[in-house]
Amino acid sequence: MSNLTATTPAMLASKASSSAAGISPDPRIYGPGRTVEPVAVTGAESIIRSLESLGVTDVFGIPGGTILPTYDPLMDSEQINHILVRHEQGGGHAAQGYAMVTGEVGVCFATSGPGATNLVTPMADAHMDSVPMVAITGQVNAAVIGTDAFQEADIVGIATPITKHSYLVTDADQIPRVMAEAFHLASTGRPGPVLVDITKSAQVAQTTFAWPPKIELNGYRPVTRGHSKQIREAAKLIQGASRPVFYIGGGMIKAEASEEFYRLAETVGAPVVNTLMARGAFPDSHEQNLGMPGMHGTVSAVAALQRSDLLITLGARFDDRVTGQLESFAPDAKVIHADIDPAEISKNRTADVPIVGSLKEIVPELTVAFDTLVAKHGRTDISGWWKQLNRFRETYPLGYTTPEDGKIAPQQVIEKINQAAGPEAVYVAGVGQHQMWSSQFVKYERPRQWLNSGGLGTMGYAVPAAMGAQVGNPDRVVWAIDGDGCFQMTNQELATCAINKIPIKVAVINNSSLGMVRQWQTLFYESRYSNTHLNTSVSDSGGEIVRIPDFLKLAEAYGCAGLRCERPEDIDAVIAEAMAINDRPVVVDFVVSRDSMVWPMVPAGVSNSDIQFAQNLTPQWDEED
Amino acid sequence: MGTHDIIAPEQRRTLSVLVEDVPGVLTKVSGLFARRAFNIHSLAVGPSELPGLSRITVVVDADSKLLEQITKQLNKLINVIKIIELAPENSVQREHLLIKVKADSPTRLQVTQAVELFRAKIVDVSVDSLTVEATGAPDKLNALLEVLEPFGVREIVRSGGLAISRGSKSMTDRALR
Repeated sequence: MSNLTATTPAMLASKASSSAAGISPDPRIYGPGRTVEPVAVTGAESIIRSLESLGVTDVFGIPGGTILPTYDPLMDSEQINHILVRHEQGGGHAAQGYAMVTGEVGVCFATSGPGATNLVTPMADAHMDSVPMVAITGQVNAAVIGTDAFQEADIVGIATPITKHSYLVTDADQIPRVMAEAFHLASTGRPGPVLVDITKSAQVAQTTFAWPPKIELNGYRPVTRGHSKQIREAAKLIQGASRPVFYIGGGMIKAEASEEFYRLAETVGAPVVNTLMARGAFPDSHEQNLGMPGMHGTVSAVAALQRSDLLITLGARFDDRVTGQLESFAPDAKVIHADIDPAEISKNRTADVPIVGSLKEIVPELTVAFDTLVAKHGRTDISGWWKQLNRFRETYPLGYTTPEDGKIAPQQVIEKINQAAGPEAVYVAGVGQHQMWSSQFVKYERPRQWLNSGGLGTMGYAVPAAMGAQVGNPDRVVWAIDGDGCFQMTNQELATCAINKIPIKVAVINNSSLGMVRQWQTLFYESRYSNTHLNTSVSDSGGEIVRIPDFLKLAEAYGCAGLRCERPEDIDAVIAEAMAINDRPVVVDFVVSRDSMVWPMVPAGVSNSDIQFAQNLTPQWDEED
Repeated sequence: MGTHDIIAPEQRRTLSVLVEDVPGVLTKVSGLFARRAFNIHSLAVGPSELPGLSRITVVVDADSKLLEQITKQLNKLINVIKIIELAPENSVQREHLLIKVKADSPTRLQVTQAVELFRAKIVDVSVDSLTVEATGAPDKLNALLEVLEPFGVREIVRSGGLAISRGSKSMTDRALR
């Protein structure tokens, strides 16, 4: 570990090329392997120079008392583009969105106390979804820590359970090492958020900056190479299985192993199910792809897991939203479980063949091992398995009904946005019904096409994450597909987007209610709608038009284009209009039926075999003939 | 997880955890137990033979599957260098006990005898009480407590389990390259 550099050369190389244009040959702008002789600086300058040396080009944040010293040299940095957000939570989600589309570390700044606590949700979100992120917060002077000083909060204490690691820096000399370690931790192994809390006294202190620093992480050695014997064991199980299924998770995208997996999937020929976090890791258009498993998964994906004799689990974690009732999940299946995080293996479901390592290395090895076995012993016939699954796929495709109230079907809006924007666009959802529909009705063809808050389920993720995604991918169309509830949690970042010319497109799927909660109230609480009416398009009773707020006016107030669509026949035209606006953000208020529900659904706490493809309708599992 | 709160006490396991001696490390370790709903029976921390490294001895109630998960989660903490389980058969396990017991003139002799029987020590004396110090395996200390209980126990302080492997090898031998 002694010769470890701060971050992977590939990461720095890609960053260097993307940031090369328009930047003068300032000696402070560094590339991979760059060294800097010791130079006298302040702690604040040391922070900025460390970030430059790490290849950072974009930071989202808000200044305040204890981070002020760092904002001063930031102003002189030609490499770092700082985007002033309107709420620290927005800055945090923007860093996440940036990281999710680029694969690089997203960076956000906040001041101490409330600035730092506003980052709690994004840090927890990034922790659950393994997003590489570094949050840098100011802290009160070291001398007053513990005295309940103005804007003091023990953010390291608060963040410890929701970050991969957290640092409190009181000594300016430690800044380069800590920054390098933070980026290394955030981006390697199982990625995650790292907090660096730096006292104001350290920021103003005189220190020396030199690069690269020596990293001291004796307790951190992620395993990347999978155990060969285990991989051969896995290949043997796959070769012998008659009902195998690939169960792939977000780890596939984090490992950048989609291409390698494509070859493995085609070599084996088994069905593939991709979790909410893995949408896009394997193309939807591929005939082996059965879609998303779990609570709102496709009948065929759920059935494939339930009836399988072998789960080939790659970078997934047996989340409760996938397994349903754990005891009855995939009852006849043996489990191969490959993951970079050993703690995920056998956490929820015991693995028969555990493999710890990076999918980037494991997947190609597994392909070779399987090929070798097949050359020797031939294949197991899985055509009967496919016949069964194809019947489910054909009998129970994803679909939706036309709402009885004559309003727009939300699913149709999402389908049509996808038709207009295609697979090269980025789709970002909030949390709730619109998120599930966005997963179901957008065709995902490439990794990093789909962003959402999967693990934590953070309402309000979409707008700021889309903003970060647009900064990371300036040449792509970015659609935030949001709900009227979610949108009201973080839409102040529209100001940030408008001012900084970040032309995201927001589709508010406006059903005037907290739709997913309402759906559960319909199904499990006798349609007693306790506190789920939002009055963003209709009154509680549904009888009259109420728009508080009026999203069209809100968009315009924020310097965005505002559009509204209320009739099914207008959807195409309104989407076309939104697609044509590229000089500023667009908000489209799609007023949809509030009675549309997400199907299929596995009610909470029951077996996945009891999935309903529509209300009270369960699939007929066995053929009668 | 969810089942580990009903684990029998015979599934008591001792982990020796070598950690970097940095601010907040104890919070990180104890916080992890709280967050993941792992039951800690006792936790004792102190410096190790290597500068910059501390040793935490943690006694948990866990079956093998849960212990594996605890170990893996602890290993994810960046400041944790190494973890080993110290099984009773190949380690020395001790606990330190301080106890203040009522002892007036009629009972003082009996208390003193009990203390001697257990090879414990009297470390403080007052008119109506004795303070006793004992070291031993948890079972022995529990037995001593049982014997002293009828005299009236005023205060108990226990260190929590400490353990070290038998033989010449040190757990730090291979921990640092």
